Amino acid sequence: MTDPDTDTPSLYFSREPIFPRRVKGPFRKMKWWLLAGMLGIYYVLPWIRWDRGVSLPDQAVLLDLANRRFFFFMIEIWPHEFYFVAGLLIMAGLGLFLFTSAAGRVWCGYACPQTVWTDLFILVERWIEGDRNARLRLHRQPLNAEKLRKRAIKFTVWALIGLATGGAWVFYFTDAPTLARDLVQGTAHPAAYITMALLTATTFFFGGFAREQICIYACPWPRIQAAMMDEDTLTIAYREWRGEPRGKLHKGATTPADTQGDCIDCMACVNVCPMGIDIRNGQQMACITCGLCIDACNDVMDRIGKPRDLIGYMALTDEVAERAGKPVKSIWKHVFRARTILYTVLWGGIGIGLIVALFLRTDIHVSVTQVRNPVNVTLSDGSIRNSYDMRLRNMTGQDTKFSIMMVGPDGMRLKIEGVEGPLVEIPADRTLAKRIYIEAAPESEAATEERSQVRLWISDAGSTSRVHHDTIFFGKDD
Amino acid sequence: MCAERVTKAKPGEVETTGHVWDGIEEFNNPLPRWWLYTFYACIAYALLYTIAYPAWPMLTRATPGLLGASTRADVVAEIARFDAALAPIKATLVAADLTAIPADAELSSYATSAGASVFRTNCATCHGSGAAGVQGKGYPNLLDDDWLWGGDMAAIHTTITHGIRNNADPDARYSMMPAFGVDGLLEEAQIGQVVEYVLQISGQDHDAALATEGAVVFSENCSSCHGEAAEGNRELGAPKLTDAIWLYGGDRAAVTTTIVNARNGVMPPWAPRLSEDEIRSVAAYVHSLGGGE
Repeated sequence: MTDPDTDTPSLYFSREPIFPRRVKGPFRKMKWWLLAGMLGIYYVLPWIRWDRGVSLPDQAVLLDLANRRFFFFMIEIWPHEFYFVAGLLIMAGLGLFLFTSAAGRVWCGYACPQTVWTDLFILVERWIEGDRNARLRLHRQPLNAEKLRKRAIKFTVWALIGLATGGAWVFYFTDAPTLARDLVQGTAHPAAYITMALLTATTFFFGGFAREQICIYACPWPRIQAAMMDEDTLTIAYREWRGEPRGKLHKGATTPADTQGDCIDCMACVNVCPMGIDIRNGQQMACITCGLCIDACNDVMDRIGKPRDLIGYMALTDEVAERAGKPVKSIWKHVFRARTILYTVLWGGIGIGLIVALFLRTDIHVSVTQVRNPVNVTLSDGSIRNSYDMRLRNMTGQDTKFSIMMVGPDGMRLKIEGVEGPLVEIPADRTLAKRIYIEAAPESEAATEERSQVRLWISDAGSTSRVHHDTIFFGKDD
Repeated sequence: MCAERVTKAKPGEVETTGHVWDGIEEFNNPLPRWWLYTFYACIAYALLYTIAYPAWPMLTRATPGLLGASTRADVVAEIARFDAALAPIKATLVAADLTAIPADAELSSYATSAGASVFRTNCATCHGSGAAGVQGKGYPNLLDDDWLWGGDMAAIHTTITHGIRNNADPDARYSMMPAFGVDGLLEEAQIGQVVEYVLQISGQDHDAALATEGAVVFSENCSSCHGEAAEGNRELGAPKLTDAIWLYGGDRAAVTTTIVNARNGVMPPWAPRLSEDEIRSVAAYVHSLGGGE
């Protein structure tokens, strides 16, 4: 920060590397399971097959951008049904609100890809270079054969993880086995290689070097999440009133409880922290609440025979109560309160709405747009004609004949551009764009009214499924 | 920095900029190194960009840049690329039998969308962007089923190619309704009678006695072009008078004005301005609007 000789401030502040020590405990164990589960899903999901018949891809999860279709197991989403995706995004947002208001930055600490991949990269680092002290030693020693070898192995493994990350990403967008073969043969689309190269590079750099800097400088979440927390939100805190004044524990010496706190200043909580912070300084923006300091401190407390949870999950109200010596609220009272229940209800409501919409949707989709330039045309026999642009999607998966019928006031008839009769045939998975005309006989009710309600019925001629679309007929009301 | 910096009193303390708002001081923390280097890299990139691309304003134009980039040239190249890509279908369109175009899915799909843009650029001025014309003002509605000069592909194509009543094209559609009133071809009373007759045959309120006399006037003066039954004649562009569509209005006043002064709308020939494929495209587009025969 400052040049010690001249005491002039430096322009920049270089990153101080962090060497988190290995830790054991329930939080660490949970984080390993989450890591394995989430990365497992990410890497394996594109390889799961799902039979959909001959004309459709057999990949369980596929974002088919070329054909503008999204497949998720038995669900097939078309572009016009994008509200399902929007609904899922809203649910993800509400879910984040829920978890953050209940238990603080759980997303940051346990589920964020930056956290998960950094965890994995630190694990690799420890396997190759040893634990904290060995890594510190290696960091300080000059470059020699041993350092070069260890660094080379580490970077290679990181790069391979990055490659797998980028590779898995592209498999979501096209048939995975075909793409894997093409990638190896060098015949895949350049977009696949470019995407993989970018994701490999970012994974390598973010997980290997940038690490906590992403959370502190690049990520907006730490700022936003803090706004969703309140005094009942569970978060990680140091029981300063119990730990202070801190001091070294001298073997054999008995310290009166009123002169020294439980904290023996062993720095275990600092040494295990992937963010390189000291939780004893209180809540801070850099803390991602990963829980590793809890594990580290509990381990020490067990060994020196002091009660656990000098560092632990608690809410602001608990701190106030504990300092005053009053009983604290139970964890359930922190989790179940008006705010979290509201978020849960909203989240569940949208979820139920999406599921209902999923079951109610038909495999016919029609959109009808009235041509309003001009709104109507007088024909030579005096009848009034309105035109409509119809787009009819055949989502049935096979060539299908659809019949188009109209229900409206008397004296009206429907015509389809270039087609005799009410039937149109649409090939499987295609959209038909057709202009349709509705004509009202001269001096009929619809021809003279300013507007009349008209309902179009579109039915699959081979089955019972049908949909309707309501529209307006404009007459000449002069 | 307008305020004086406050340097740190002892090691470990952060210096401040000297700014104080309501007792809140502003730290003067150093930037992260990667951030600062990224910032420098962006400046370097910006400078290189102004050398590589047109950037610095000069007296007449900006510096051209070493890469020779030009959005104008890009557009020219893009137009050439599209022209090359569309050349085969344009050739097919020009070679095709006119009447077969609407039935050919590929050709009609191309022709109607290409024709729509030709129409909006060249025809919409008079016929309106929706091709509805201007009712009663002499700009024909192209959406209905009534055609002065014919509504099949060949007739529409001819009309667009040569135009109507112009001196620019010897093959232009031509006909001339006499100004029966102004030129003194009919008495005022006769005009009143024939107007009543026209109102009668088009199913409007009329004076039956005058209309009966008007029938004679019609037969002697009008039927040669409009036909004995006033069914019109597409050879001469003479409109049918018994239907509900009136180019210049169908009420008593409008019909009287038409007979007294005559109406002779014009349309320019498009062959000198549009290529054959464009004319065929716009013909197919007009044919597809709902009135095509």
